[in-house]
Amino acid sequence: MNLLVINIIGLVLIALIIYWFWIYKPKNVRAKDQDIVKIIVEDGVYQPAHISVPAETEITLEFERKDETPCAEMVIFPELDISESLPINKTKTIKLKKLKKGSYQFHCQMQMYKGELHVV
Amino acid sequence: MSKHPSKLKTVELNIEGASCASCVGKIEGALKGVYGVESAEMNFADRTVTIKGSANTDSMIEAVENAGYQASFIENESESDALEEKEQASKAYYKRLMMQMWIALGVGVPLMAYGLLGGAMTVTTNKERIAWLIVGLVTLAIMYFSGKHFFTGAWKSFKNHSANMDTLIALGTGTAWLYSMVVVFFPDSIPEMARHVYFEATAMIIGLINLGLALEVRARGRTSEAIKRLIGLQAKTARVIRDGDEKDIPIEDVQKDDLLRVRPGEKIPVDGVVTEGKSSIDESMLTGEPMPVEKEEGDEASAGTINKSGSIIFKATRVGKDTALAQIIKMVKQAQNSKPPIGRLADIIAAYFVPTVMIIAVVTALVWLNLGAQDALAFAVVSATTVLIIACPCALGLATPMSVMVGVGKAAEAGVLIRNGESLQSASKITAMVLDKTGTITEGSPKVTDIVSFNDLSDDENLKLAASLETGSEHPLAQAIVESAKEKDIELSKSSDFNSIAGHGVEANVDGKHLYFGNEKLMRDQGVDIDHAVDKAQELAGEAKTPMYFAIDKKLAAIIAVADPIKEDSIEAIKRLQKSGIRVVMLTGDNKATAKAVAKKVGIEEFFAEVLPEDKVNKVKELQKEGELVGMTGDGINDAPALAQADVGFAIGTGTDVAIESADITLMRGSLHGLADAVATSKATLRNIKQNLFGAFIYNVAGIPIAAGLLYPFFGILLSPVIAGAAMAFSSVTVVTNANRLRFFKPKEH
Repeated sequence: MNLLVINIIGLVLIALIIYWFWIYKPKNVRAKDQDIVKIIVEDGVYQPAHISVPAETEITLEFERKDETPCAEMVIFPELDISESLPINKTKTIKLKKLKKGSYQFHCQMQMYKGELHVV
Repeated sequence: MSKHPSKLKTVELNIEGASCASCVGKIEGALKGVYGVESAEMNFADRTVTIKGSANTDSMIEAVENAGYQASFIENESESDALEEKEQASKAYYKRLMMQMWIALGVGVPLMAYGLLGGAMTVTTNKERIAWLIVGLVTLAIMYFSGKHFFTGAWKSFKNHSANMDTLIALGTGTAWLYSMVVVFFPDSIPEMARHVYFEATAMIIGLINLGLALEVRARGRTSEAIKRLIGLQAKTARVIRDGDEKDIPIEDVQKDDLLRVRPGEKIPVDGVVTEGKSSIDESMLTGEPMPVEKEEGDEASAGTINKSGSIIFKATRVGKDTALAQIIKMVKQAQNSKPPIGRLADIIAAYFVPTVMIIAVVTALVWLNLGAQDALAFAVVSATTVLIIACPCALGLATPMSVMVGVGKAAEAGVLIRNGESLQSASKITAMVLDKTGTITEGSPKVTDIVSFNDLSDDENLKLAASLETGSEHPLAQAIVESAKEKDIELSKSSDFNSIAGHGVEANVDGKHLYFGNEKLMRDQGVDIDHAVDKAQELAGEAKTPMYFAIDKKLAAIIAVADPIKEDSIEAIKRLQKSGIRVVMLTGDNKATAKAVAKKVGIEEFFAEVLPEDKVNKVKELQKEGELVGMTGDGINDAPALAQADVGFAIGTGTDVAIESADITLMRGSLHGLADAVATSKATLRNIKQNLFGAFIYNVAGIPIAAGLLYPFFGILLSPVIAGAAMAFSSVTVVTNANRLRFFKPKEH
């Protein structure tokens, strides 16, 4: 009986991991044309990490790195061919050109920090 | 009055709210109205405005705001200042990590030693409960002081629906500590055999992972040595001559068209043209070319190079981020941060890695609980913790970028600029290399070697007419003929009705005569009889010279042969390429006999002769159809289409004037050794990436099942979480250290 409960708890835990990390779609921060979105780089995450932008508009991202770990040093937008180093406790401005509809990921070199631009 | 006020500076502002092009004039006008502003130019695409003058920034921002827009100052920190700050921050971070490590190990090591020396790590008596409770609280303090960053990182990631290395460490150490506290507080709820505490594991893992991070910070610093060296080439001050006075000013204040003095031993501060004096300049730091280059009035000098002998005055032509050195730094930085396709699989795996490891940990615990004996709970906790701790996403993530960082930097030191990770990977796989003859294998500056006259005129008279005709042509062979006439002080006549017949030659009227100058085909097309001269032409071609026919009024007048000297190290460099298994093919517009002679001299067996400029692309395509992965080497300007068609385009001999746009790889010195260096370095870098990826994959693929207890049923071996912590901490250090081995790679030896 005990074992059955433990097994059920284990399976629920696995289901929760799958749901929480892979299935759940976090809410986006909405930005409009000419907006400046400030992204804090701290404690292993970008905040906000999910940003929604209308297609064919221009926005500016301001990365403020508060995290000293070397992992946080770079931010890379692979689809946009952008890679910038982020100085500690300073703001790095990245102006994005007009984008077509789609999802554009941004992450650190090791993909531990992850974020996504949703162009809608 | 001085043209330059004493505090003349360039300031950049970010503009918001400028939605139409008409805003440009308004903003520029508003800025120009500010006292002290000399010029204001807005880049509408970037929404930035560059202002020159002595006005203060606040008044500029105010003027823009009064015009109805928002403005903010763009901080243009110098590269070296940013680098210094980064190094300071890294040092401070390293120190902190080391302190956190010592404190954690200070508790963890004695605890572990106690266990290893036979001390009971179990809870059976009340005394033991109290003692372990105290140890548990001390460990909690360590988790807070030395491991807080793992827990906050894990929590924030969790809230953000993402998971990273912090998640694994926090879960692993947290589970071990929580289980131990349950044993301390509720020993009766746990089977007797499983009443084991793991406080030592928690402290040791936190200590070891901090140590691993500290070592990684240090090793990472070394991966960017090449870029540090490039940044270090930038001068901090310049000696400017204004109104007859000389004074040292910060490099940021140097303006275009300023006159600067550079004394022997000093760095050239910005790009410019020598206006006075003579000197030899060491450009090795940019081009990899060891011999200093002689510079005199009219010659260009590049920022970062060193003036060796004389004092020179030169006019600044490119300053700040426009100098070749700044462009090189920018390009190297970008390339260092780009990823070759080989890293994509690791990226995909890294994206799913942490949650997958969490699931494996749960499954491991369940398997132990279902199949284990009486002490299964302890086994389940230990194995799940070990799985969480041993898994290392960092080693996977670091495998590619660290090697690219060192490899691209290493190439830059040899004067090889690699555009991005993809070019690097393609260069390592090249199977055929097409070399354009003129300017690539040869010097690219042909000289007249023979004049064989077939009419009544003297050699010099024929040369005079031919040179007069060729003054209108920009072809290198034509220039050789004009140069030869100049050297002999021959006065040239005026030509009229000049016509260039692409790929064949030229025609024009000089001194009332109609002249043709060109190849055999041109002569035959024009009905000039050259049968009696063909043998002589063949003989000259056999000596690696290019014979050209010269006809006056449709009668053959002379054969003028020019030769383009082969660069002294071409033969050796071509051998290096061939040794590495690359099929080397030469391409030239020259006739077959000359091409054959040159190819033979340099040891190339395959060549395409008489190739018109537009056909170069087709030759590259032909090789690609044969299944070759083709590299094309040319001058980057005339060969741009062929460079683009090739799998990897190499622009050679561009000096410090970087032809970034047309090539995948730019070789800043003229020597073909640069090409062999580029190929050797890219091969070494890819080899290094493969070692790293293989190591990281094998580590995780083997480590996780062992941590889960796969060996236990067969050999009775169960991995300790402490060993897992040590392995995890050193796996990423190993990857970075392996990448750093590339720093000692010597391309010339390969």
